[in-house]
Amino acid sequence: MSARAGDFDEHISWGISMEQLVMKAGGWFALALLAAAAAVMAADSGFAVHMTIVAATGLLLAALTLKRADYGAIIRGALKMPDQGRYDDDMIRWGVIATIFWGLAGFLAGLYIALQLAFPALNLGIEYTSFGRLRPLHTSAVIFAFGGNALIATSFYVVQRTCRARLAFPTMARFVFWGYQMFIVLAATGYLMGITEGKEYAEPEWYVDLWLTVVWVCYLLVFGGTILKRSEPHIYVANWFYLSFIITIAMLHIVNNLSMPVSLLGSKSYAAFAGVQDALTQWWYGHNAVGFFLTAGFLAMMYYFVPKQAERPVYSYRLSIIHFWSLIFLYIWAGPHHLHYTALPDWAQTLGMVFSIMLWMPSWGGMINGLMTLNGAWDKIRTDPIIRMMVMALAFYGMSTFEGPMMSIKAVNSLSHYTDWTIGHVHSGALGWNGMITFACLYYMAPRLWGRERLYSLRMVNWHFWLATVGIVLYAAAMWTAGIMQGLMWREYGSDGYLVYAFSEVVKAMFPMYLIRAAGGLLYLAGAIIMAVNIGLTIAGRQREEKPMRDAAFDPAADRPLQPHAA
Amino acid sequence: MADPTKSKIDQHSGTPTMGHEWDGIEELDTPLPRWWLWTFYACILFSLGYVIAYPAWPLVNSYTKGMLGWSSRGDLARDMAAQAAKVAPIHRAIAATPIDQLPANAALMQAAVDGGRAAFKVHCVQCHGSGAAGSKGYPNLNDDDWLWGGDLVTIEKTIIDGVRNPDHAETRMSIMPAFGRDQLLQAAQVDDLVAHVRTISGQQKPDAASRRGGQLFADNCAVCHGPAGKGNRELGAPNLTDGIWLYGGDAESIHQTVWNSRQGVMPRWGDKLDPATVRMLAAYVHSLGGGEAAPVPVPVPVPTVAAAVDNGAAEATSDARQ
Repeated sequence: MSARAGDFDEHISWGISMEQLVMKAGGWFALALLAAAAAVMAADSGFAVHMTIVAATGLLLAALTLKRADYGAIIRGALKMPDQGRYDDDMIRWGVIATIFWGLAGFLAGLYIALQLAFPALNLGIEYTSFGRLRPLHTSAVIFAFGGNALIATSFYVVQRTCRARLAFPTMARFVFWGYQMFIVLAATGYLMGITEGKEYAEPEWYVDLWLTVVWVCYLLVFGGTILKRSEPHIYVANWFYLSFIITIAMLHIVNNLSMPVSLLGSKSYAAFAGVQDALTQWWYGHNAVGFFLTAGFLAMMYYFVPKQAERPVYSYRLSIIHFWSLIFLYIWAGPHHLHYTALPDWAQTLGMVFSIMLWMPSWGGMINGLMTLNGAWDKIRTDPIIRMMVMALAFYGMSTFEGPMMSIKAVNSLSHYTDWTIGHVHSGALGWNGMITFACLYYMAPRLWGRERLYSLRMVNWHFWLATVGIVLYAAAMWTAGIMQGLMWREYGSDGYLVYAFSEVVKAMFPMYLIRAAGGLLYLAGAIIMAVNIGLTIAGRQREEKPMRDAAFDPAADRPLQPHAA
Repeated sequence: MADPTKSKIDQHSGTPTMGHEWDGIEELDTPLPRWWLWTFYACILFSLGYVIAYPAWPLVNSYTKGMLGWSSRGDLARDMAAQAAKVAPIHRAIAATPIDQLPANAALMQAAVDGGRAAFKVHCVQCHGSGAAGSKGYPNLNDDDWLWGGDLVTIEKTIIDGVRNPDHAETRMSIMPAFGRDQLLQAAQVDDLVAHVRTISGQQKPDAASRRGGQLFADNCAVCHGPAGKGNRELGAPNLTDGIWLYGGDAESIHQTVWNSRQGVMPRWGDKLDPATVRMLAAYVHSLGGGEAAPVPVPVPVPTVAAAVDNGAAEATSDARQ
């Protein structure tokens, strides 16, 4: 374990001359002035609020730049350079904290909107807390804030270690982290104020999209630059997945968000596409956000952290090649299955379906490679709750990547579409796969990043594991039942030849399922709170006195029948 | 590609490694699992077959239709046609039977009630509730307190022509004046009227205010609601003496009603639904518990109605949805 505790406060002011310092602080100040001017001239109040946030951030950065500069070093002309003998982990430490923070916020928002579905009074009768505004807050918080921070932090962690090289463009790497947080804040506050493009998972408006594009291109430069300066002859499989995730997300983000702002000083814009073309573009984006953000990116995490935690070699190099290329080639075509039985032409629906079916095995390649990497370390499932989390993550990954192709089959989709089955499917993937693998990675990284000997408590990890697992089971089982019930009730004809149920009767029948779903979400949130405490105390350097997680003693030598005495 | 110079045999699995190592991670040279590979091939084969059988390949101006000739619109049309064919004979019979003769044919009446129940769930539950119990402003259809009449013929007419549709001459129409807002009565007089209405509905004991209100009622309200406040179905004027209230019977709600008037609206369905469905809806509503046997005898028209209508006609259009 790299217990290089101590000087962790490398910050944005290394290696800077007086001229650069003035330019930098002045630049932030100019940005603040520009944003303040835009706020004053804004065409709508939402844009004004956002520009005020940008102006305040610019002022804060200008002040911090001046305050934190090492004037002594500047005067001496002796510029402090970062220690090239170790990895550049600042953003990763911030990223671990940000991941936990946004995770808690996102899970809490999810629990609240789950309760809103059961108890509509919780909308509180005001627009800011209505389901329509809180729902994108939840989805973006968990996917982009929680998941995105986990991806950025782990990718910086993994790429340095598997390339044996420090990050390329360290200043840009810091900008990527903070710029991404800025994107999250602008997106989330925008949702609450009703600023939205109305595109699922791509709700932020044009100026937030442009900002994210800048951040993302910098991310690509930092990640790609680090790969280019690697000391290893080959590029590790995790980095293929990270790179495909970064490049594809850039493409998806730019194309789906092509739009024309009504005013350069206003928040509203109109999409470049209309009608069914817009729907197809949106679901090409939406499906591949799942494919490249939540699948490829998280498989990259799996490919580094599972073999590290299991201390076993990756099961099959050949499988990793074949499933990587087949996965990224097939995934990109599968989006139309979100538009079965709509105005989308039949031929496009067919292609969406067959590519989804062909995607089944490529997806499972990742599960096989992850699970079989434990070959030789299966006993750790009993003793290591982090391995247990990884196994559960891969099991849910396998389940939801089977369920997805199945739901894309038109006959199945005619029952499942528009029902809560879809919600159950998404959450078995999101809570089970993305959540569990992220928790496992956070538990792996936290002691190493802060130079602690071990986590505060492994038993608390175990509690987290069981709370999350039971939570997911409640959630997914409730939503599967609810979805199938909904689908069957909507289409049920009586023997008299008429539909049996009114829509409102179906809504009423969902109530118990919605309660169970909320209970599952509560357990999942409780597990995450335990994680926050555990990692917080780990960072603080505390270690809980507890009995080790170990099985009863086992002596293989004694575990055999006694040989009869030779006669 | 494996680097044979650095490859070694993994102790546990007996499989050689690839000879590379990243931060301590090695990779085994395990071949692809056969079941995985064959399942992958099977999925590809299935997909190839599927794109031949079903619409799939985009062409310049069209796309391949597939060997099965299947289309999602065709599929839907076939389903709907099959369903329609199933109920067509019944629908024809219902459409051909005047509604007052439906009860004579018990089987047909039952079929109409069943069909009406289904149609009600699609078209009516939004306002009247899934149990037809109504809510504030939307009448309960389970009781025998009818605004416009509760026999089959009258219910059917109400459904066909709707209530207070400003663009439809045949619609059920009556306009209660906004006595307070339009300054037809003073504020104190409205209070007295409210007291009277609460007295005749048995909610409070007579007092000076209600006695003053009694005279006001006779002068302003009795023309539609009747001298005793029993209502008049010709005008959709509710009975004020029972315990059933469309907008609430507490003093505050009654005050609101007298001050501003209400003028609830129901869409007309004659231009939206086929005659058989309307007839089935009427039969269903009639079957809910409050259905009446025969049309109430037509009373003598009250000449002063026109004056009342004129009074409120100006607001009728703009306030029709209040």
